[in-house]
Order: sequence, then structure tokens, then C-alpha cells
Amino acid sequence: MKTRVFSLFLMCLVFQSIMFGQAKDMVLIEGSRYLPLYGRDSTVVAVKDFKMDMYPVSIKDYETFLKENPKWRKSQVKGLFADKSYLSNWESDLKMNDFVNPNSPITNVSWFAAKAYCECQDKRLPTVDEWEYAAMADETTKDARVKPEYNARILAWYEEPRKEYIIGESPKNVWGVYDLHGLVWEWTLDFNSVLITGESRKDTDTDSNLFCGSASINATDLMNYAAFMRYAIRGSLQAKNSMKNLGFRCVKDVEKLK
Amino acid sequence: MKTLKYIVVVLLTVVAFQSCNSDKKNTGQLSGVYQCPMQCEGDKTYEKNVGCPICKMDLQLVEEKVSKTEAFGEISDESIFNLTSKWNTEEGTEIQLEDLKGKTLVMVMIYTSCKAACPRLVADMRNIEAQIPKESLNDLQFILVSIDPTVDTPERLKDFAIENAMDDEHWTFLQGSESGVREFANVLSVKYKEISPIDFSHSNIISVFNAQGELMHQQEGLGVDNKETIATILELTS
Repeated sequence: MKTRVFSLFLMCLVFQSIMFGQAKDMVLIEGSRYLPLYGRDSTVVAVKDFKMDMYPVSIKDYETFLKENPKWRKSQVKGLFADKSYLSNWESDLKMNDFVNPNSPITNVSWFAAKAYCECQDKRLPTVDEWEYAAMADETTKDARVKPEYNARILAWYEEPRKEYIIGESPKNVWGVYDLHGLVWEWTLDFNSVLITGESRKDTDTDSNLFCGSASINATDLMNYAAFMRYAIRGSLQAKNSMKNLGFRCVKDVEKLK
Repeated sequence: MKTLKYIVVVLLTVVAFQSCNSDKKNTGQLSGVYQCPMQCEGDKTYEKNVGCPICKMDLQLVEEKVSKTEAFGEISDESIFNLTSKWNTEEGTEIQLEDLKGKTLVMVMIYTSCKAACPRLVADMRNIEAQIPKESLNDLQFILVSIDPTVDTPERLKDFAIENAMDDEHWTFLQGSESGVREFANVLSVKYKEISPIDFSHSNIISVFNAQGELMHQQEGLGVDNKETIATILELTS
């Protein structure tokens, strides 16, 4: 009887790891209240507990997704869901350029594609608040925004062109999440809730025109220029746009056990 | 041991059903219903055009929706009918955007508890409607999509429609899922943000789509000159 119970237990363990294999690279982010750069009337926002991918989605991950979901390959994707820059750096439908490390973050993907990728794994894109909340941590502190060096480091990344993009090479933050800063910008579920630049939808789709750094009047912390850049870029994007320095990662709600 | 085998089978089945199903196509809606043109057997319908067993005549498609789909053929890459999200109308029926195919669509996103911009957006919609000749209204659908699906239930939308004298056939109100609304807003390039539990800020855009669901025109702003919007609609419905 004992062996049977034990083997059942083992079975369940194996089953668990197969079923939730995709969740293994996720970490729990304990929610709390925090003051975002742009809040509801510049007040505190509550973030619930959630699980976040430790790494941005890699080229290798995305290749697997494309193999299973032909409709997101660049030759087949619908114009409604992606513009011409979608996967424009890919040689063919299933092949990235040879010189690119497969462990680099996937970029040149539209919001629709990123959303579909996450939904396929029974996950979703993080909200702006969730992303900003997780990203305000550094290696030791959950809210490192008070430290001058936190901001300086992000800004240094914004300024400096990077030679090689490899996931997981810089230190993880206190939650155990890698690369929220320093590699690529990331899509968020409700990026279109940023209402700062009403005219940007009339911009052309070159990368340089998508960056706009004005209108920070409503911001709660005018010194947080790095965060401001993120809001500005969210405000200027359309869901079918894609850019060579914009990737994504997925999150998942934490189901209450009770 | 038998129980163990049983458990393994069950678990494997569950795993098999876990795989991604986003590619599943909703083909159910396109399958036609056929009927004998002479109605030899009354209202009896057939799933395939097999010919009437009594009068031997070819069967005819009976559903209007299906014949329209045939008439317009495949939808294009840019069509909003590529969205597969489900919506509830103010009449309580569940639809997909594709079910609106065949008519020129004039769409706007609002929410019913809005006190500032939406009444003016709604007024803009009515103003546009008032300038369309009566006979063209049959080829048109004015669609108001709620950005607040938790509050704006079909019942509430129906009340709103009646209160605002927008309950005719050519007005449709839609309640979606939160993710469906977010996606739809992104297709229209509409931005919105919940600023309190009952308030949203959002862009004011009225969009015109042709019968195949392709975006033809957008007007942005409140109380703007809607001459171009009306011209586009008239061109599409003439």
C-alpha cells in the first residue's frame, strides 16, 4: 500500500512538471501598493501577486512558437496584426540570421503576436503597472528608485549601443527576474492606456520617430527620466508596430489555493 | 495497479487537451443550411446541398448570413473580421465581429457612466446618422463598443439605447471581454485608461469600415466637422 501511495505521489510530481513545465522559469512577484510614474490621478496603485517570466522570450522560444503556429510566421501573418517590420530581421519564416545568438531576446514582434504567444502558454502580457512594479527593483531592494545609481544605470543603457544581446547575463533583481532593464524594451498588455502623445499615431513607422520625450507634466517624479522614456514609447506605439529593440515576456495570475 | 493505470490515462488525456488551440477555426458559423425551394417537406432543412428527395430540385441556402459571406468571399488581411473575440449585443445575443459583415460599419468606443466626452461622442454619432438618407440606413450599422465591460452589461446597454433613442435596428451596442476590448481598441488605435472605478480617459475616434471590415476613415476629436466621415459613408452605401 505504501509503495502504491508513493508511486502515485511520484506520478503526480511528474505530471505536475509536464503540465506546468512552462511555469518553471517563472517567479512569484508579491504584490503591494506603489506610486507609478503615471498613476490614477497620481495616486498609489495596488498590484496583486503574480508570476513573471524570469527571462524575456528568446529567439529560440519564438521559433518553437512559429513552428506550432504557422499563422504567426512572417509570410502568413495578417496585416491587421503586424506591419511590414514584423520579424523583418528574419531570413525566412523559420530561420533567424545565422550570426544571431538564439538565446537573444526576440524583437520585431507586434503586440498582437506577443499577446498570442503568451495566451498559447496560458499566460498573458504584464500590465504596465505590473511591469513597472517588478522593474523598480534592483539586486537588493524592491523599490530601488530612490537610489541615484539605479536610475543612472538604466539611463546609461539607453545611451549605449549594445554589441550582443544575450539573455540572463546581467544580475537578476531581488525578485529573481533578469533583464527588465539593459537588453530590450518590452510590450505590456495595456500599453495603449498611456495617453501622453495623442498625435503620435500619425507618425511614420521609423524607430526614431517613435521616441518622443515631451509632455511629462503629469508625472509624479520628474527625475525619473528613465521611466518616462518607457511611458513615452508606449504612448507612441500602435499594436501592429514592431521594433528591433522591443521584445516581451509573459506573466500569469496567481491562483488562490483556498 | 489498475487504478494507477486509470489515473495515468486520465492525466495523459488532460495533457493532450492542454496544447495550444489558437489555430482552431470557427467553421461552425460558415456551414450553410439548405432548404428545398418548393418546400416539399415544409421547413425541413439539410446540412448539404444533396437535392430534394421529393421534387428532385436543387436545394437553396436559407440563411442570409451565409449567402452574404458567399457574396463577399474571403476577408482580407486588414479586415477587423480577423478578430475572433466574442461579443454580447444589447439584445443579449452573442456575436463575432464577422457577423457584422455585409454592412458599412460606423464604430465608436464609449462607456455608459461617462459624463464628459461620451455624451458628445454619442451626439456626434447621432449627428452623423441624421445626415444619412433613410434608404441608406439599411446598409449601415452604427456600433458603440463599451470600454467598460464589467459595468456595461447587455441590459445596461439596452437601457442606454432606449434612453438615447438609439434602439433602432441600425444601432448596435457591444459588450466584450476585457481582453477583447483591449484588442479591439488596439485595432482602432484607440487609447484608454481606467482612472477610477467608474471613469476612463480615452481617445475620441469615430471609425468607418466598409462591408468587408476594412478601415476606410477615422475622425478624431470631439464635435469635429464630420463632413469627410459622412462623405465616406455615403460613398460606401451608394
